[in-house]
Amino acid sequence: MTKRILLGTVATALVIAAAYANFFIAPTERTMGVIQRIFYFHAATAWAGEMVFFVCFVGNLLYVWKREQKYDWLGVTCAEVGIACISIVLITGPIWAKPVWGIYWTWDARLTSTFVLWLLYISYLLLRTLIEEPGRRALLSALFGIFAFLDVPLVFFSIRWWRTQHPAPVVMGGQGSGLDPTMSKVFFFNVLVMHVFCAFLIVERYIVEKLRHDVDLLQREAEVQ
Amino acid sequence: MSLLSNTSALLGKELRTEFRSRELLTTTSVFILIVLVLFSFATNPGTEEARQFAPGLLWLAILFASSLMFQSCFLREQVNDTLSSLRLAVSDPFAIFLAKLIANTLFLLLTEALMLPFFAIFYNITLWSQLPILWLVLLLGSAGIAVAGTAISAISAQARMRELLLPLLLLPLLTPILVVSATVTGGLLDRDPVVQWKGIAFLAVFDVVFLTALWIFGQYFLEE
Repeated sequence: MTKRILLGTVATALVIAAAYANFFIAPTERTMGVIQRIFYFHAATAWAGEMVFFVCFVGNLLYVWKREQKYDWLGVTCAEVGIACISIVLITGPIWAKPVWGIYWTWDARLTSTFVLWLLYISYLLLRTLIEEPGRRALLSALFGIFAFLDVPLVFFSIRWWRTQHPAPVVMGGQGSGLDPTMSKVFFFNVLVMHVFCAFLIVERYIVEKLRHDVDLLQREAEVQ
Repeated sequence: MSLLSNTSALLGKELRTEFRSRELLTTTSVFILIVLVLFSFATNPGTEEARQFAPGLLWLAILFASSLMFQSCFLREQVNDTLSSLRLAVSDPFAIFLAKLIANTLFLLLTEALMLPFFAIFYNITLWSQLPILWLVLLLGSAGIAVAGTAISAISAQARMRELLLPLLLLPLLTPILVVSATVTGGLLDRDPVVQWKGIAFLAVFDVVFLTALWIFGQYFLEE
């Protein structure tokens, strides 16, 4: 319990520190102005979200291999936290895009593949609600999770190579490479913070999933008696 | 080799079941026909822009039709309670998937063969000059749809609301197929046709990736 409180406190403090760094330490970008500050939060959340989906994939693989419930809990936990992250990315993206590009949405490779990624994991969660038996639900959703994760690079490259040939309003090639040193420090600090924050969310959600399982067991025992 | 003999026996069973009733082929063909006609009302098929949209519409129709076609793939085994005997009969469960996905690819190709002339007439497109390459694209695209579709139909057959669930799980997975096939087909049907070998290779990569995944994980889909 103390470890959870400690992790929660550290994660919250880091998020506050990151917000301070984004607004007061990072220099204002010359052409985009203040709105560019959303980048630190936006891109860092995207990186963390992709990492969380990777952990989900590992959990799915381990479940199929070992058949231990904890890996199923890890899978559903990471899918939910990952969807939360990607939802944030999909919301902050248009907020940034409107003043800079003049439009909320463009069918560019990164945007579109992020959206498809989000859809795939929404389907993963939907699938879980439609299978009653816990063992079957765990196995089938793990298998779908594996297929979905394998699909992600294919989605990205198919859109990148065949859909972004039109001049898109994305003039951000080499975003990381062209970054001012202070900006880059702030950005990587944000990436770290979002990873810690996601780790905190994963721990908490995992415990909820475990408790839910325990309640299910108790209910079943009570019904038998 | 037992995998080959098992697969060919099961493929024979799949084809016999279908050609006795021809239910799948007729319903999906009619479905594609309806979709093509409806698309023509939603857009204006005579114009030059329609020519640009046409390949995308064709592949979208194929995708939707496939999500109808694969419904019965594993459901039939479950309703007739034949899945356990199938599993006992073959030494490698991958044979079940291989037979079903080859059958599904063949059914899709047959439906496409039936529908292509209508497509060409409705959207005023000449297919003849590029027909062999077009068939290669249709083959690789349909194989990709069938590989992913067979796997997903094994999942959805074991869930509630399976009729809705299958397209929900399958269509986002097939995004790469739709993007690439529509672009490559568009290139072929252009006034100055271009063969985009990179796209054709990409379709082959998609097929190989999902076939390998199915080969590795196929046995787990059918566990009781």
